[in-house]
Amino acid sequence: MRKAVVPLLAAAGFIFMTAPIIIARARYESTMGLVQKIFYFHVPSWFAMFTAIGVCGVASVRYLVTRKPSADRLALSAAELTVVFGLIGLLTGPLWGRKAWGHYWQWDAKLTTALVLWLIFAAYNLLRRFGGPGSERLAAGVALFGMANVPFVYWSAHIWRTVHPKTSVVMTLGPGMRPAFYWSAFGFLLILGALLAARVRLETLRASIDDAYLSAEDL
Amino acid sequence: MQAPQPAPAPPPAQDEFVPISQLPASEQLPAAPLLIAAYAVVWIVLAVYVWTLWKRFWRAEQDLKQLAGRLPPAK
Repeated sequence: MRKAVVPLLAAAGFIFMTAPIIIARARYESTMGLVQKIFYFHVPSWFAMFTAIGVCGVASVRYLVTRKPSADRLALSAAELTVVFGLIGLLTGPLWGRKAWGHYWQWDAKLTTALVLWLIFAAYNLLRRFGGPGSERLAAGVALFGMANVPFVYWSAHIWRTVHPKTSVVMTLGPGMRPAFYWSAFGFLLILGALLAARVRLETLRASIDDAYLSAEDL
Repeated sequence: MQAPQPAPAPPPAQDEFVPISQLPASEQLPAAPLLIAAYAVVWIVLAVYVWTLWKRFWRAEQDLKQLAGRLPPAK
């Protein structure tokens, strides 16, 4: 896993360095102009967050069924990255909204459900940090609750009246915008993979240190 | 003695749509600072996370060294 982290981080770093050039060359959106370019890293950050939630949810189910510590370590690592990428989405969105809507924040369905989803995974991490022994199972339940919330966030703009654009906007992008968007999305997913691999490795290292301490006490 | 001056007439009421691109420059919000701020957010959040991750790795390695010191030497 260690061998995978460095090339992944290097590739993600390269994409992050080149993304602004490709984004700058992408066509301007006709109504919003320059500020629409926030889209190229706002939406990929949510892609990365939803992917991390999926990993966390599946690993939590696996942990609840098999009680394998490796599944719990993966779930914990993915939950932490959910908070990181969600924070990027929650901070970049209002900067776009300030220009597009005239307000940083609106308590509408899309924005509120996204914030609630982020808070659920923030709660997961606090539970793991301060919950003490046995918090793994409770946290796995919280992760499943969080994963069940994802469809509400995704379809909220279609179901309720909201100022936020519908998710179908990604599929209807003009050809002049697609390369920048897919390049950026690929970069975000790559950096998610690299950070997830590194975070799991840290958790595995910590677990082996704990085991070694217990063995040393027995000597 | 002069007669008091009449108050200036108020501007006519706005009763039609004005596209944002036709607003005076003083009324428009510049997009570039918002775009730069959003890009900075991405870099700052990721950099802070990588730094905390590196710090936690460093601490784990210190624990490992301390543990190696506790163990009896191999025969």
